[in-house]
Amino acid sequence: MNCFSSAVMSPIYGRAIILFILASIWQITAWLLNSSDFPSFFTVGESFHYHFFQGDMIVNLIVTLKRVLLSFIIAMVLGVIIGILMGISKRLNQLTDTLLIIVLNIPALVTILLCYIWFGLVESAAVLAVVINKVPTVVVMIREGARVVDEDLLDVAKIYKLSMSKTFFSVFLPQLYPYIMASARAGLSLIWKIVLVVELLGRSDGVGFALNTLFQFFDIAGILAYTFAFIAIVLAIENLLFRPLDKLIARGGHHDRT
Amino acid sequence: MIALDIAIKNKCYANSSSVVLKDVQFNVKPGEFIAIIGPSGSGKTTLLNMLSGLEEATAQKILCNQKPIKDCDTLQLGYIFQQPRLMSWLTVQENIQLVLPTAQKTKIKRLLAQVGLAGKENYYPKQLSGGMQKRVAIARAFAVNPELILLDEPFNSLDAPTAAKLRLLLVELCKSCNSTVIFVTHDLSEAIYLADRIIFMSDSPSSIVHQVTVDLPKPRKELGCNELTWQAKLMQQHPDILSGILSTTE
Repeated sequence: MNCFSSAVMSPIYGRAIILFILASIWQITAWLLNSSDFPSFFTVGESFHYHFFQGDMIVNLIVTLKRVLLSFIIAMVLGVIIGILMGISKRLNQLTDTLLIIVLNIPALVTILLCYIWFGLVESAAVLAVVINKVPTVVVMIREGARVVDEDLLDVAKIYKLSMSKTFFSVFLPQLYPYIMASARAGLSLIWKIVLVVELLGRSDGVGFALNTLFQFFDIAGILAYTFAFIAIVLAIENLLFRPLDKLIARGGHHDRT
Repeated sequence: MIALDIAIKNKCYANSSSVVLKDVQFNVKPGEFIAIIGPSGSGKTTLLNMLSGLEEATAQKILCNQKPIKDCDTLQLGYIFQQPRLMSWLTVQENIQLVLPTAQKTKIKRLLAQVGLAGKENYYPKQLSGGMQKRVAIARAFAVNPELILLDEPFNSLDAPTAAKLRLLLVELCKSCNSTVIFVTHDLSEAIYLADRIIFMSDSPSSIVHQVTVDLPKPRKELGCNELTWQAKLMQQHPDILSGILSTTE
């Protein structure tokens, strides 16, 4: 009993059990409904196998991942820089605060359409549309972080005459890491979704384009197969990138995560 | 070793028009240990912040070896705050290394051994007690071979035995560094134990109300017979001034 409960309590097993339960519920529901609109778990599995080994799934995933990665890096770099500047400069914040709120509330679809109309159905327009949608949310998070940076620690840097770069990288920036991580996490999930819309509206490759094609054939199993691939990649990024980074940031109990 | 010549008049709080330091003038001899006692809000921390450059002091006269202190770029300063102010994401060793221009592992190890933290190099501040964190802050301050050390009630939040140990440690380190020291405290017996001279400040807007040289031989004993007698004598000689200051500092 003890062994079983400790196995259930272990995070990896716990997560696997939850996923298994969800898959079982899905399978049972599909059997009960017996409809092509709700394909069974196995049918989706078969579709996944087909698209992965015989279709264009790998190519589409790589293309989308490239767009996501490029947009993510540009949005994070710009967002962090602007966020820090707005956080440390009251004047700049007052000047740009309204603009930030406006950009933050423009619907993603509007930005995407305008970018395609103004710059044409090209790769750079697609990336720009995603970046414009993401930057404001990064700015807001980083700005809040920069506002609450511990002045006492900056005083220590001043007293001991630390160089500008040492002060920034060893004293200032580490205090922003939790905010950067939070915006990166939220950013990645948002960028995924926006990239798909961008691809659906104006690209001839990528997962968004593939989903559009599958939708036209009412291939629900195919749509779900792509969704699975997506989920697998997001989980891999979470476990291989974000969690180790979290551990690194939380070293020394700085901004403890419970 | 450095000497200080301080003359501060009508210094206001930052972003405020209310005067905190009305008339504070005193000299500090090279290698002298000065203790400053005054009521809460009398501007003791403001004074230290002006000396350290954390607070604006352009209109004031603060000379370091006859030169304005803001022009003394090479002045090595150590500041021990009320809180240790350690970077929680850095280890003990990294916290000390941060203030040094080059990697000096051996020096850091020696300093940590001196402050009783040998073997704790790779600990993070959160893994240490309050007293240990203060020791790291002391080691960090002395790592730069400071010519001037400013201490702002550094042992205030510690239990009596830990504070006593750290005072002893401070005496040893100051002796080995020959630094000039300005020490802000609320505790008269602590000031008598450590200082060569004690400066008493009035309530805000503050000025210096009394100065006294502690003419007891060193090394002194904390709460020793001579020290207690000296303290009692001081209280008897200046009952009006000192009882007012000391009652508001408790």
